[in-house]
Amino acid sequence: MQERVTLTSTQINTDLLRNVLKAPLWYWLLMGFLASITLAGSIAVGFMVNKGLGITGLNRPVMWGFLITDFVFWIGISHAGVMLSAILRLSKAEWRRPATRASEVLTVFSLMIAALHPVIHSGRPWRTLYWAFPYDFSRGIFPDIRSPLIWDPAAIFTYLTGSTLFVIVALVPDLGVIRDRTTGIRHHIYSLMAMGWRGTPRQWKLQTIAGFLLSALLLPVFVSVHSIVSWDFAVQIGVEGWHATIFAPYFVIGAVFSGVSAVVTMVILMRWMFKWEAYIRAEHVDALGRLLIAIGTAWLFFFFLEFSMALYSLEDQEIALREMQVFTWPYNMLFLVFVVTGYLFPVTMWLFRGVRRNLVLMLITSLSVNVGMWLERFLIIIPSLARKSPLSFDWRSYHPSIVEITIVLSAFATVFLLLLVFAKVFPLIPLFDVKEGQTLADNVQIGRKSVPALRVEE
Amino acid sequence: MVQILGLFKQAEVAANATEALQQAGYTNQQFELLTDHPYPDGAFGERVTKHRLYVFPFIGALLGFSVALLLTTATQAAYPMVTGGKPILGLPPMIIIAYEGTMLGAILFTVLGIFFESRIPNFKAGIYDPRITEGYIGITLDCATERVNAVEQVLRRAGAEDVLTKE
Repeated sequence: MQERVTLTSTQINTDLLRNVLKAPLWYWLLMGFLASITLAGSIAVGFMVNKGLGITGLNRPVMWGFLITDFVFWIGISHAGVMLSAILRLSKAEWRRPATRASEVLTVFSLMIAALHPVIHSGRPWRTLYWAFPYDFSRGIFPDIRSPLIWDPAAIFTYLTGSTLFVIVALVPDLGVIRDRTTGIRHHIYSLMAMGWRGTPRQWKLQTIAGFLLSALLLPVFVSVHSIVSWDFAVQIGVEGWHATIFAPYFVIGAVFSGVSAVVTMVILMRWMFKWEAYIRAEHVDALGRLLIAIGTAWLFFFFLEFSMALYSLEDQEIALREMQVFTWPYNMLFLVFVVTGYLFPVTMWLFRGVRRNLVLMLITSLSVNVGMWLERFLIIIPSLARKSPLSFDWRSYHPSIVEITIVLSAFATVFLLLLVFAKVFPLIPLFDVKEGQTLADNVQIGRKSVPALRVEE
Repeated sequence: MVQILGLFKQAEVAANATEALQQAGYTNQQFELLTDHPYPDGAFGERVTKHRLYVFPFIGALLGFSVALLLTTATQAAYPMVTGGKPILGLPPMIIIAYEGTMLGAILFTVLGIFFESRIPNFKAGIYDPRITEGYIGITLDCATERVNAVEQVLRRAGAEDVLTKE
């Protein structure tokens, strides 16, 4: 597993800060392209706010559509990051080094975008302020803390704050490196952000402990966030398909599955875009692939439990819903695509070492998982609502409007854009972490072969 | 007092230099190491770092829990809504908000603790050289003006690539 390349500090600084110090033209063009899609999404949101929710495909009883599907999806992606980073840090996994910051940053941006979705979905975004925050003292109206729609902002706010601070704390040493390599106004700005970092043993000791301590604190928060998102659905007693006690762990494992897949996609793109072949190697993607097999199979177990227990109840409404999800057009087609792209295709492929070490195939399979996982959320939300319930007086199916499709597409572009902006200002791979890995690595002679060993920190 | 900074290319040479400084009468309380990445504790014979970071999350958690409890109790009491004859204060949802509040408090105070214990921000921290982030290891200490030459000699004899001084 260890196929380390020997690199000097100067070389690491040069390679990992190349884009920060001078980005190529294509980088700006790509950012411009993504910014234009983000702008289109913003226009769509503005149009929707102006005209009202009537221009979306939402109707009675399908009150939650593409935007809420996308909300759950991005919350899921956000779980990659800190979970991956935290678990790998706590277990001192050597191959974590190139992937930690990228996954933490992905967490922050996907969480920000996720949090925007219900606000946009409300149709009157400004009103969410006094739905979620206890500020409207003059009228004596306060949020009802018994609603999961209040638990959500509390959990997301905690997770977003924690994840952002996690990124900032780990960035400080690298800001010191950039400070030493810039001049003029940029030097002053980076000096301010580096806060006088010098790299004393005390600072490094605290930095190392900070990584472990914040990881340990963020892990329970990450579990709570997606559990609470699942309770948005699970506490609804009137909607079959949602009211399941297994929803919290099922959502959490699904989130981890889609999130870690997104990290695989991201590190492969980073390697290609920034020419980081020496830092993101086949062994890293291979290790992530092995991890994904385990996570994916755990997810399949929960999916099977959720689905089979629903059938086991033999309740007419529940069985009618499952029949609709699996046999009724167009949900049957979506269900098939979901099962194939979400599990069967990628996990079968990852069983082969050659696939796990082939970056093109890993990119395709990791993207495939997220196609499947997006559809999974869609199939949980829409068919469950698009059915005639005993007390329904009006019911129909759901067809997303062009406005919703634009907003969903622009969410993907915005996350990508934010990542590119971040990578222009800060290094996406922690320099000090890579340098530490180089110092701790050592070669040992076994027989006639010299192989990299690792001195583990005490 | 004059600040001196010796720059070394290799960790072993820097470790020997700290020994040479100790033989010259300086304790490890008087010199400081500067590096571009963490080294194992005691790699240079430096002083043991003592800190109280672990206290911070507990204080933060306690404060966060208290604020969350106050907020959830106060909002329900301020707008009492009786649902199905149940008590006005709904404990299960209060636990959820209190949990998030506790964790938020713990995280915020941990980060404050990290900065406080790392002694940052500190923009007047003393002598420094950008070569440290290129992999050089810096040994810095304060000494009296009349001892500058002697200390410089110790550092150079120990293998310093360069020695800088600052009044």
